[in-house]
Amino acid sequence: MTQQAMPDDAGTPVVPPTAAPPSHTEQATEPPAGQTILRQMLESSWLVSLLAIVAALVLGGVLIAAADPEVQQAATYLFARPSDFFEAVWSAVFGAYSALFQGAVVNFSAPDLQRALRPLTETMTVSTPLILAGLGLGIGFRAGLFNIGAQGQIILGGIFAGFIGFTFSLPPGLHLLLAVLGAALGGAIWASIAGVLKARTGAHEVIVTIMLNNIAVYLVAYLLTTTAFQRPGSSNPISPPIPGSATFPLVLGQGFRLHLGFLLALLAAVGVWWLMERSTLGFRFRAVGENPHAARTAGISVAWVTVWVMAIAGALAGLGGAAQVLGTEKVLTAGVAASFGFDAITVALLGRSRPLGTVLAGLLFGALRAGGFAMQARTGTPIDIVLVVQSLIVLFIAAPPLVRAIFRLPTPGGPTRAERHAARRRARATSSTTPTTQEAGA
Amino acid sequence: MKRATQVTALAAVAALALAACGAAPEDDETTGGGEDTAGGNSDFSACMVSDAGGFDDQSFNQAGFEGLEQAESELGITAVEVESSADTDYAPNIDNLVQQGCNLVIGVGFLLEDPIQAAAEANPDTNFALIDSSFSDADFNPVEIDNAKPILFNTAEAAFLAGYLAAGMSETGTVATFGGIQIPSVAIFMDGFVDGVAKYNEDNGTEVKVLGWDKEAQTGSFTGDFENQANGQNLAQGFIDQGADIIMPVAGPVGLGAAAAAQGAGAKIIWVDSDGFLTTEYGDIILTSVMKQIGPAVFDTVSESVEGNFTNEPYVGTLENEGVGLAPFHDFEDAVPAELQDMLAQYQEQIIAGDLVVESTNTP
Repeated sequence: MTQQAMPDDAGTPVVPPTAAPPSHTEQATEPPAGQTILRQMLESSWLVSLLAIVAALVLGGVLIAAADPEVQQAATYLFARPSDFFEAVWSAVFGAYSALFQGAVVNFSAPDLQRALRPLTETMTVSTPLILAGLGLGIGFRAGLFNIGAQGQIILGGIFAGFIGFTFSLPPGLHLLLAVLGAALGGAIWASIAGVLKARTGAHEVIVTIMLNNIAVYLVAYLLTTTAFQRPGSSNPISPPIPGSATFPLVLGQGFRLHLGFLLALLAAVGVWWLMERSTLGFRFRAVGENPHAARTAGISVAWVTVWVMAIAGALAGLGGAAQVLGTEKVLTAGVAASFGFDAITVALLGRSRPLGTVLAGLLFGALRAGGFAMQARTGTPIDIVLVVQSLIVLFIAAPPLVRAIFRLPTPGGPTRAERHAARRRARATSSTTPTTQEAGA
Repeated sequence: MKRATQVTALAAVAALALAACGAAPEDDETTGGGEDTAGGNSDFSACMVSDAGGFDDQSFNQAGFEGLEQAESELGITAVEVESSADTDYAPNIDNLVQQGCNLVIGVGFLLEDPIQAAAEANPDTNFALIDSSFSDADFNPVEIDNAKPILFNTAEAAFLAGYLAAGMSETGTVATFGGIQIPSVAIFMDGFVDGVAKYNEDNGTEVKVLGWDKEAQTGSFTGDFENQANGQNLAQGFIDQGADIIMPVAGPVGLGAAAAAQGAGAKIIWVDSDGFLTTEYGDIILTSVMKQIGPAVFDTVSESVEGNFTNEPYVGTLENEGVGLAPFHDFEDAVPAELQDMLAQYQEQIIAGDLVVESTNTP
């Protein structure tokens, strides 16, 4: 159906998502304003993302130095002995970031190889829910849906996974499979509520998903006060531990927390790539994201796409919840989703909603988080710095012109530096008819 | 506008420059540091992991933190404090502290039970302590771990006295209590409070009512978190509208909202955890406080460990060992009738002697 409709669109092709420098002329066809902003964020170059990270780390370094008591002490006699100040700044910032690196990648001071490599596996473990939820959000972004309900969808996934995990006793393998499928279903149902409301009534997905996040938070808190979710003989809001038959097997054995959920996340990334780049369904998603009006004209049901996109996004976020409850934590608590659902928004944006980008961005955020623990334990740098760095990355990515201004990059679509020079030369050449030779020096 | 900005910027730069004009300290001063002044235990490191509330929660995380700070300054140990921002942070934080060579790792709150237990079993050479929870095995039976010490508080004993006092001091015949989240370490306050009121009614043939907690059914009023003061204010206002004139909020900083409501309505507050007369700005309406001495318990645990006397025997704070207790009445010293004070003293002795047992399903 879509296939026969497409030739009509041949004149204004849907931008192939792999095309690196998008032609900006398409913005002339006017999709809704919110989608334009979303698309601009997704289309800014890799370089901008990278520089946003650099700028955020530099600003984070300033904050680390400012919060360090020794730097504050040395600053009081900056003019009397400036070397103290700069040494203190260097040792604070270098100490914090080197602890961050050693906590996230390789620990040089570890007593044995296992401990030396553990940080990297920790990074992978922490990044698992971020990648899974980020993949789901990315599909939504590319279909023009600003789904910010991953937090609630992770929680619902966790509730379903946990309940199936600790309530039933089934053979290993089957038990895990059921719990994982249940988590995907839970997340999909939760997200579909927003999808159906949007499709049927036009209720904005941003509002609805925020509210569903809140409902999910209170739902899990309520469930944990019921005896069905509590440990026998205890009234603490914490579920019984998940039995071994329903937990993700450890990939590298005891001593590492890395579990099969990470491989599931990588598999999901491949699946999402296939869905978005190779399948008809993904093609419709992208068409609606590019321009819903054109897609509708071409015979695609926008309402139908909205529900499907939300359901798939929710299922992926639900798998993120399964990774937490069945893998990393092995227990359901009210805080099992941490702030992964919100961080995943940044991950998806930083990865520009592409599967590979999302995996890399997820690993980066996992590294920041895993390294943050070591940074706090070793140097006393508050873990809030990590949150600030993450937030700054979002801020810079949301404002590409700011990053371009800081690093003096040319505006995409605008004249390059060479072109500007040429234009100036032409302008001067026309004003004073004699060609000058000073240009080269200037 | 632009000019104003420039002037402000200039002033700020000038202030910074002036602040940077101090004299450099002598070299020996900078290298010495304050570490070694209080004693020679700086190679002993005691480390603490907060729960997601953080060390600035004006409640039990903060109390534990203060105990550790006290140990650092008085015993000269090295203290490392690590905050968790989410439930998922506990295990990595504990692991990092163990890896960097902490001799004693203290977890604050029942949510750290599983990670502390797992770390204790994996690292037999490190000692652990856990505030507000004990350990259990896979079948949910209590279990002892050789290198992990639970630090618990039987706050029902002190809350019983507070309930008795509240019933005696109420003019409307109605008192109230509410919690932050329904967990045993919160509900135990409310159990004791209800029992204290019931005891007063029994002794005096009165019918003072308690709003907000049904001990038999273990159901009552909770604000849902330990952060949102507005919820505390609304809930307290609801109790006041139903005639309550003494309220005991068991909700950390959320209690401040209740205090604001009480101040507006002429009601009184019974604070919990610390002596609210000293720690909050509502001293003039705080009748008393049910104190839970987490800080001293942490200090004692650290100092035992420093001396090499760490045991895995649970510490249970009671009226007898002053781990829990009723704070002084401060401004209300003259307002509390002498007979009532005598009765409180009498019951305190009976509880300490074991003649009167305050029963609660939430007792550790």
